[in-house]
Amino acid sequence: MQQMTTNAADARGIPKCPTGIQGLDEITNGGLPKGRATLICGGAGSGKTLLATSFLINGAERFGEPGVLVTFEENGDEIASDVASLGFDLPGLADEGKLFVDYVRIERSEIEETGEYDLEGLFVRLDHAIRSTGAKRIALDTIESLFSGLSNANILRAELRRLFRWLKDKGITAVITAERGEGTLTRQGLEEYVSDAVILLDHRVTEQVSTRRLRVVKYRGSHHGTNEYPFLIDRHGLSVLPVTSLGLTHRASMERLPSGVRELDDMLGGQGYFRGSTVLVSGTAGTGKTSLAAHFTDAACRRGERVLYFLFEESPLQLVRNMRSIGIDLQPWVDNGLLHFLADRPSRAGLESHLALMFQSVRDFKPSVTVVDALTNLLTVGTPNDVRAMLMRVIDYLKVNEVTGFFSSLTPGKYESEETEAGVSSLMDTWIVLTIQEVQRQRRREIRVLKSRGMAHSNRVHEFQLTDHGLRLLSEPGPDIRATGGG
Amino acid sequence: MQQTFPAQAPPDPESFVLRLYVAGQTPKCMRAFSNLKRICEQYLTNRYQIEMIDLLGNPALARGDQILAVPTLVRRMPEPVKKIIGDLSNTQRVLVGLDLSIDAV
Repeated sequence: MQQMTTNAADARGIPKCPTGIQGLDEITNGGLPKGRATLICGGAGSGKTLLATSFLINGAERFGEPGVLVTFEENGDEIASDVASLGFDLPGLADEGKLFVDYVRIERSEIEETGEYDLEGLFVRLDHAIRSTGAKRIALDTIESLFSGLSNANILRAELRRLFRWLKDKGITAVITAERGEGTLTRQGLEEYVSDAVILLDHRVTEQVSTRRLRVVKYRGSHHGTNEYPFLIDRHGLSVLPVTSLGLTHRASMERLPSGVRELDDMLGGQGYFRGSTVLVSGTAGTGKTSLAAHFTDAACRRGERVLYFLFEESPLQLVRNMRSIGIDLQPWVDNGLLHFLADRPSRAGLESHLALMFQSVRDFKPSVTVVDALTNLLTVGTPNDVRAMLMRVIDYLKVNEVTGFFSSLTPGKYESEETEAGVSSLMDTWIVLTIQEVQRQRRREIRVLKSRGMAHSNRVHEFQLTDHGLRLLSEPGPDIRATGGG
Repeated sequence: MQQTFPAQAPPDPESFVLRLYVAGQTPKCMRAFSNLKRICEQYLTNRYQIEMIDLLGNPALARGDQILAVPTLVRRMPEPVKKIIGDLSNTQRVLVGLDLSIDAV
């Protein structure tokens, strides 16, 4: 009910101004509050300037809204070269009259203060810039610099208060950036003046891996996502991930996909996995996780479906070679374009980069099956909680697009520990565990289905072998004791 | 909109070229102008030129001299350029800002 009223308010009131930044408009239900000011705070290098500039450039290029960029720290040339690497043409937009860049430089050592003054000069400049471009958007980056340039904080505060009211009266959508303070959102307490919306950016480096996060701290009169969302700065600019506040509303397909191993299909209610479901295969090293993935991949490609295969441990060539030894040849599928490998060292980038890559490649390649081999490799670049949060987003995205997700997970040590996977297994619809037992100095491979939601599945542990015709169960799973998986 | 005092060009190369930026005829701005004239008459007799610029009529000029605060006095000559903001009510601070000490005068 609460939800409905806020959404209704969104539809009725609070007009939004789209940022054009991928993901940000989704979590803010359409963008920043139109005609109001939004405060963007964060530490040095957290991406404030880029967010502010992207907001203006997208406005000018895509939404027909000219903008004014008032920069207090970098001059116009510096900003232009910063964003040129992201494909933005700032001087071009300025020439077309769609963007006005005003560099406000204030050097305390050059200025003597005596007696009363106000900031009418700044108002005149802003007014002139807004009028000459017909601006609908403005960004002030970073207005707090005034505090280091001018000594009379009382005048400054009064003038800033007047400035923000003036901008509101003009009905211009403003973005104000500010440095994060100790224990406060901004160093100068600007959140007191700009209170319609506040977005916090964060850049953490944990164990040499950097993670950027964005959070909407406040959004007056609007429903918004409250999580910390990872965001990414790459050659396409800034994007906030995920594109999901989807919840559990995706369709549940009744269609079944063969696993590629007939006996395993038998164990899974006779038909295999559900389309659009998620499958976790866990086991210690060398238990056959990748073989099972290869079977499923091969089966999908034989049906003419596309498979996207993320590989963190070995090269595609190596994997193709190894799978030939169990009679699976994936090369033809690579050649005809049905199978696409993405091999990457997990440590090359932070979690959010991997997440972004996954989103982008699933979006571009449009696979019907996505394999992640192995999920646990990502634990080297993030804490279990981070990985779990990331995985949840990947799974949401896959499910909404009805992509079946196949994840392998390496269980550390010699013996299986069900606890290790407990964190991620709850996100999975089907969980298959592979083990190796030593029985009478013989290694004995075993497979069992720990859970499989929505289907009657085998409850028994089955012995299997990796033969040159692939993975084969030694006993017919046949009519054994079955359990119906609930969740 | 732009007024220059005194009207004629300064003959002395050592003379001060000053620009006072204001925004409308506010009490603060008028006070700054009269303070400035008084100080110049006293310490820079025949060695100064004041140009007054009203930004309300010439908004584009604010950018060139990096004007934020009003009133702002800019010492354009002699170089380097110096700025003094405020109504110039403290003569001592104005002299310091202009690099003029009383004993040098």
